[in-house]
Amino acid sequence: MLALLVAQNIAFYIIAALMVVGAIRVVTTKNVMHAALWLVLVLSGAAAQYILLAAEFVAITQVLVYLGAIIVLFLFGIMLTRAKTGNDDDLDNKKSAKFIGAGIGVLLLGLMSYSLIDGFKDTEFGNLMVQRTAEVSDSIFSTYLLPFEVLSVLLLAALIGAIVIARRD
Amino acid sequence: MFNMIDKVWIIPALMAASFLVILFFGKRWGTRATAGIGIAAVSICLLLSVIVAGNWISRVNHPPTGAALAADVIAANGLIPQTGETIGQEVNAATKDSGETMTTESHSASTTEANATEGHGTEATASENGGEHESVPPVVRTVTWFQIGGMQFEMGTLVDGLAAMMLITVCIISLLVHIYSTEYLHGDVRFTHYYAFLSLFTASMLFYVLSSNTLQMLMGWELVGVCSFGLIGHWWEEKKNTDAALKAFLTNRVGDIGLILGVIITFFAAGGTSFNVLHINEYALSHSANTTLLLVGALCLFGGVTSKSGQFPLHTWLPDAMAGPTPVSALIHAATMVVAGVYLIARLYGVFFSGLAIGSSTFHYVAFIGGFTTIIGGLLAFVQTDLKKVLAYSTISQLGYMVMALGVGAWTAGVFHLFTHAFFKACLFLGAGSVSHACHHTFDMREMGGLRKKMPITHATFLIATLALAGIFPLAGFWSKDEILAGAANGQENAYTIMLIFGLITAFLTAAYMGRAYWLTFWGEYRGHAKPHESPKVITVPLIILAGCAVVFGFTNFPGNFFGIKLPSGVTTRFEHFVEPTFAFPPLQHAEFTPWLAVVSTILAATGLFIAYQYYEKNRGPHGLTSRNKVAHAGYTFLENKYYLDDLYTGVIAGSTKGPIARAANWFNQNILDGVINGIGFGARKIAGVVYVFGDQLIIDGAVNGSGRGSEGAGQLLRKIQTGKVQQYASILFAGAVVLAGVLVFVV
Amino acid sequence: MFLNQFLLLAAILFCIGVYGVLARKNGVLVLMSIELILNAVNINLVAFGAYWHANDMANVSGQVFALFVIAVAAAEVGVGLALVLLIYRNRQSIDIDDVDMLKG
Repeated sequence: MLALLVAQNIAFYIIAALMVVGAIRVVTTKNVMHAALWLVLVLSGAAAQYILLAAEFVAITQVLVYLGAIIVLFLFGIMLTRAKTGNDDDLDNKKSAKFIGAGIGVLLLGLMSYSLIDGFKDTEFGNLMVQRTAEVSDSIFSTYLLPFEVLSVLLLAALIGAIVIARRD
Repeated sequence: MFNMIDKVWIIPALMAASFLVILFFGKRWGTRATAGIGIAAVSICLLLSVIVAGNWISRVNHPPTGAALAADVIAANGLIPQTGETIGQEVNAATKDSGETMTTESHSASTTEANATEGHGTEATASENGGEHESVPPVVRTVTWFQIGGMQFEMGTLVDGLAAMMLITVCIISLLVHIYSTEYLHGDVRFTHYYAFLSLFTASMLFYVLSSNTLQMLMGWELVGVCSFGLIGHWWEEKKNTDAALKAFLTNRVGDIGLILGVIITFFAAGGTSFNVLHINEYALSHSANTTLLLVGALCLFGGVTSKSGQFPLHTWLPDAMAGPTPVSALIHAATMVVAGVYLIARLYGVFFSGLAIGSSTFHYVAFIGGFTTIIGGLLAFVQTDLKKVLAYSTISQLGYMVMALGVGAWTAGVFHLFTHAFFKACLFLGAGSVSHACHHTFDMREMGGLRKKMPITHATFLIATLALAGIFPLAGFWSKDEILAGAANGQENAYTIMLIFGLITAFLTAAYMGRAYWLTFWGEYRGHAKPHESPKVITVPLIILAGCAVVFGFTNFPGNFFGIKLPSGVTTRFEHFVEPTFAFPPLQHAEFTPWLAVVSTILAATGLFIAYQYYEKNRGPHGLTSRNKVAHAGYTFLENKYYLDDLYTGVIAGSTKGPIARAANWFNQNILDGVINGIGFGARKIAGVVYVFGDQLIIDGAVNGSGRGSEGAGQLLRKIQTGKVQQYASILFAGAVVLAGVLVFVV
Repeated sequence: MFLNQFLLLAAILFCIGVYGVLARKNGVLVLMSIELILNAVNINLVAFGAYWHANDMANVSGQVFALFVIAVAAAEVGVGLALVLLIYRNRQSIDIDDVDMLKG
């Protein structure tokens, strides 16, 4: 049991480190294409964390939707807007804006870390059980049926909206 | 005869179906088919209504007993019926809280009935049931409409004598109007639209009269209002018509607020569990009722009545509503919709009875408003040159009569007048329509005259209806008007002398202004330019039928003792016997036929007619008085301007933002204050000059300009933040979030 | 494992995302940063979901909401990229600080 816990912790910290690095690279790299690829790292790291949390269905959906669909969309977006291949120095706002953004980000992080550590201290996960896909689907189609239906309408609206916005006429 | 009384919902549903069919297919199928659908639907409805009335009559004659009675009582109270042997216990349990009161009430009711029986000696059922007048519960059938937080809202039908009577009235007049309109609106651009609205109106009116709860009544009430709006503005190309429609709609909104409040108040007063009409009535009549709450509720409800039934001071929309097609005026603004308010009082009589303490004093709010309305309506009818407007004011006056009757406790008389009035007033309106149809669509009586030879049928029917309205024996108006007067004279505990005087004056006025309209229209020389001719059969046949109704229907409530003529009890006071509720209804005393009153009122009416004849036909009397005598002229102007009520409303509604108040103030200034003001004016001007320089220019203008500059400066400053760059906004957003979160984490 | 491990990771990702949204000029990169923020939220949701699931086996609300967020994110990216495309087509550039016609 202890061995398992240790293994879990080690896995978590390795993946977390990769994710943080990846995320920082996404927002600092000078190459748009690289940013997309670093994003892939962050997203797949998130999927791995979900597996650590025994949430198999979300992990699989993360891979399918984010890595399979959204990243491809981003690549299309990059392609269609004819971004420069190779380094581009004109991706960021001017220095002052960057400082403000960094300041806000650090402040926010400090605030959140303080309240999280203060609030949850040493709360441990209990006995982590696999959350089965069957349970998830049961929950969606009974308790959360109405939000689910609303979501389908939202997707339809987004679909139509995207077409209307992007088409040439 | 099969039992229709359980399935009355079919009747409004049928009309609603007709509405939908006309709406969707009317244009495609053409005008003939449109009219055909409407007429067929109303005919079936009329047939079914007659069956319902028949069912009700047999129910009164053979009242249910035992388990059937218990089930009906439960249904009538809006409770869920149970099956099996528990039913008796259920009744006891269900009516436990109002049980005592119910028994005493029915007891006292039966005592009154017994007293009345001794007086009349004519109570048919009373003799059948051994002197005991059975309480016949209405037939209530409900389904659950929706449920909120354990509260069930029900929707259902309630059939009793009153509802059955209204069904028949609405169906007959609607059918005749449907037929009449095929000719009257021949070739109209919006023929389909018109018939669709007609169907919708009939459906909503039937829905309204069959409602089993106040919530549903409110729905029906609003629906008929919408139809009225649509039909008044039928010819919306003319601004006058749309204005009239808007005025009708808005004026009614004012009253509707009262109605909604009244519905809510009565709902909570009666325990907050049910909107059921009978439940509310029963509560209102029980000894534990909160009379203060009921008083407020009844006054609010009366606000709705005031606007819908054209009572003073919200009657001003009704004459303007004559901008609609004439058949519509006959159906909606004379016979059916406008009596919705009267029906509301009749239906919720328990609330009005105990809330406003009918019968315990010589003065009564509802009766007074009714009486006042009948007089002002009657007076206004004199100065109108438009035939339809005369009839409109006459309608207001007669509605006032009904309300007055209900106010003095003469329930049957009021409802009976509603019934008879519907027919002869519809006949008058349709007759006026026929006249205008012949005279190039004018309603101006100055361009008519001498039509009796050219339009004999229209003339004859119009004459009958006029006499009926004037209350000449033996036509329908005589009986109902007389009952109201007798009710006012006898009262409940005290006589209502003021109301009686109001009623007698109006009897005279009615005869006089109707005589004026009649002679101006049908006698003398023709003064118009068209070539009048008798209308086709489609128009005259409905007129003949309605005139027939105006002759016959008065006898439905033939008094028990008419100048010593005593008919067998099976044919007298049938209307009262079948229509007046015996369930959840206050104990009322019934006024007997009063010979001296009948004689006086008939003499008054005859005098009125005679004076009108002398004045308008023989040209005798003080003609030109209004132009010679200042007082008379002032009175005439006052009437011609409809007591200046319209000016008042326009001023108040438009408020200080628009001109009217300024104009009203100006008028006030010019006519009244001028003399006083002129003297003071000079001195005031001097002071004003000083005030202008120092007060106005320096202080006020300074403040105004200063605040203007201040806001401009602030705007210039803030505009710098408005860069249009979305990321700067985002920074502000997130910075704000940080600050807020910091406050929440560290401070709170 | 502590619950806080995941929550702090999510907080870090969130703040990096916020920085990206504020500091980047390129429209596509801003959208990517938004994806980072959404993922941080998802990690939170799943972590709390797992925590509650350990106590109550029938409760999988965390996962369900994470799924909803993924679906909304997909819609957002679709519309967002369509907008970026439209901007590019009109101005031959996707620098969002050029889009400031609403300035006061």
